[in-house]
Amino acid sequence: MVEPPAGRAPSQTLPAGVGGSSGPAPPGAPVAAVRRGSGTGGGAKRGMAALFLAPALILLGALVVYPIFATIVASFQNRTGNEFVGLANYEELLTNHRTLVAIRNSIVWVAVVPATMTALGLVFAVLSERVTFQRAFKAAIFMPMAISLLAGGVIWRVMYEEAPERGVLNAAIRAATEVVRPPGEYTGAAPSEGMEGAGKGMALTAPVVAGGNYTLGLVALPPEQVPEDALQAVTPVPAADEVVGVVFRDFRPGGGGVRGAVDEGELGLPGMKVDLREADGDVAQSALSGEDGTFRIEDVAAGTYRLELSPANFREPFGGVQWLGPTLITPSIIVAYIWVWAGFAMMVLAAGLAALPREVLEAARVDGANEWQNFRRIIVPLLKPEMGVVFITLVIYALKIFDIVLVVAPEAVQDNANVIALEMWRTAFGARDQGLGAAVAVLLFLLVLPVMLLNLRKFRGERD
Amino acid sequence: MATPEAVLPGPAAAPSRRAPAVGKQRTWLRRLPLNMGLAVVALFWLVPTVGLLFTALRPRELFAQTGWWKALTEPSQLTIENFRRIIEDDSFVTSLWNTVLITVPTTVGVVMIGALAAYAFAWIEFRGRDTVFLIVVGLLVVPLQMALIPVSKLYGEIGVFGSVLGVVLFHIAFGLPFAIFLLRNFFASIPKDLPEAARLDGASELRIFGRIMLPLGLPAIASLAIFQFLWVWNDLLVALVFARTENAPITVAIQQQLRTFGGSIDIISAASFISMIVPLIVFFAFQRYFAAGLLAGSVK
Repeated sequence: MVEPPAGRAPSQTLPAGVGGSSGPAPPGAPVAAVRRGSGTGGGAKRGMAALFLAPALILLGALVVYPIFATIVASFQNRTGNEFVGLANYEELLTNHRTLVAIRNSIVWVAVVPATMTALGLVFAVLSERVTFQRAFKAAIFMPMAISLLAGGVIWRVMYEEAPERGVLNAAIRAATEVVRPPGEYTGAAPSEGMEGAGKGMALTAPVVAGGNYTLGLVALPPEQVPEDALQAVTPVPAADEVVGVVFRDFRPGGGGVRGAVDEGELGLPGMKVDLREADGDVAQSALSGEDGTFRIEDVAAGTYRLELSPANFREPFGGVQWLGPTLITPSIIVAYIWVWAGFAMMVLAAGLAALPREVLEAARVDGANEWQNFRRIIVPLLKPEMGVVFITLVIYALKIFDIVLVVAPEAVQDNANVIALEMWRTAFGARDQGLGAAVAVLLFLLVLPVMLLNLRKFRGERD
Repeated sequence: MATPEAVLPGPAAAPSRRAPAVGKQRTWLRRLPLNMGLAVVALFWLVPTVGLLFTALRPRELFAQTGWWKALTEPSQLTIENFRRIIEDDSFVTSLWNTVLITVPTTVGVVMIGALAAYAFAWIEFRGRDTVFLIVVGLLVVPLQMALIPVSKLYGEIGVFGSVLGVVLFHIAFGLPFAIFLLRNFFASIPKDLPEAARLDGASELRIFGRIMLPLGLPAIASLAIFQFLWVWNDLLVALVFARTENAPITVAIQQQLRTFGGSIDIISAASFISMIVPLIVFFAFQRYFAAGLLAGSVK
């Protein structure tokens, strides 16, 4: 499924530049032979060559080569391109906050994406060879590469919805966190008369002692938040070594009633965790309120305590991580991009892996190397050329990243998510500043230039 | 690619003494955690796409309230209404058609023009050939941002700005370095007796090209064509810059809706999914060629 056709293409994979030196039998060889072969009919040959090359060279000249120079010239001109302004655009480029953010983000992309992706691709390539459903696995990982970065971006925007009711990521996080920290049943409640500490745990203002009987009223609880099994609140009677009380909704439907006291028609709040805290703040004992809101804490030693409704009762449910907020936007887009392109790294490395000499791997295994040693000492060193290709290719892609940022980042955070290639488009075609746009393009060009030179050097070295 | 069995046969001598069934079972047991782990990873990789499909299959009102996964337990939520509305929308159909109008000529153009040039670089002797070819290799990584501003001006002057033709020409130009590079390497690896013999028989270069090189180069041409097709089908930037609204492809049409993501999610999700169908078919039908093209295209 993912293998290159019939052993032909692999020999051309790596010459694609960087990793070329590792490719078996560089296809440059036959050319050298022909070059010295038939040297007859030079004029006719040249005419023929011109005929074959003309369409390509005209298009490349007009739409690629000439524009490179024209863009360099434009980067020294003003926004409409009718006046030279020296280095002003470059000065702007390196001082303007927006472009600086774009440059910073591009650095983050280049620092994170190629390394992460190469490592992930290597792990996938090596592990997938060992599973029974290898083809299905590779197809699943590889599939996002076929769709556009636009569609990939849309897909991830749906994933990143902030409300846990809608976004699958936040829903998963909520499900996981609620196992450990379930949200309180009484979120949003506020203390009534005689209580304090809204928002956190709520406590009686006055200290409590054994043998006391206390009423803990809460307000700001809508009826639907009161559990259905709640009964009319009552006031329990304490024994000498007990602290007893009632937690209730201090609101009498229809009006009337005394604040801070239990009235007819006011419901107890069941399932409320009540902590008896010592003077130093430690929890001495806890109790749960019953259906009528009463609780009873027994065997209480003499002394003064604080009676507090545990913060867990009021804990807000998980509201959702702001994946698309200004802080997390770049990491979020990077994750989406890795989802799209991990298949590429896996593919190239799996092809390299399949081409490794089996005897070497076998020999190591016979020598008693375990899987990990095998991976570290044999596979990784032998795959270095392919890893280099993947890495450098992804450096280029990371620098040119455009669509997915435009799509995933909502307009409000586009300045935070900005990258060089996006900034070029926004400046030249959004803000219509050709001079600055050209300067941004030149910056991008300068950043890929080392790879171009590397490509050329490898390629030349291969042919000689 | 090697099958798992071929990859990890275990120590060569040992299995022959053991009953093979037992060995197999043990291997299977030992690999169970890995199998399960990778199955989970694969599932994770599929979730986002499935999520988009379900989003597209639910009414817009529900998007604001609950997540797409609710449709798994309440299949009654599913409806093809969004898709129906999209394909009955003229502007949408136009943009999808524009995508075809841009993608097909570009693919044909890149393959034809690229193959001609690649043949010349591989088999016709002329002065400065290596230098010109090196320049082409150098152009492989040039970011297309480098050309947007001057080409916009140029297109404005010759009157193709905004047209499908302008988009196609730009795509072809930026597809050529890779095409020439890939095909030239492939052509050059063809045994030289074939064209030599044909030449001795008096065949013209054009004939050698058409009768020998193109048929033999078919695997590479297929890779190139598929790669180009997907590349251009999925393009947003070039079309965003050079295509007028009535010539804009589907990617641009979707991008225009993003301003109100939640409010237009019905259109966005259904249109995105439709735009994915052709690439996915191409991908699954020609996966091996796509992979080969990608491999060869590392560093573009």
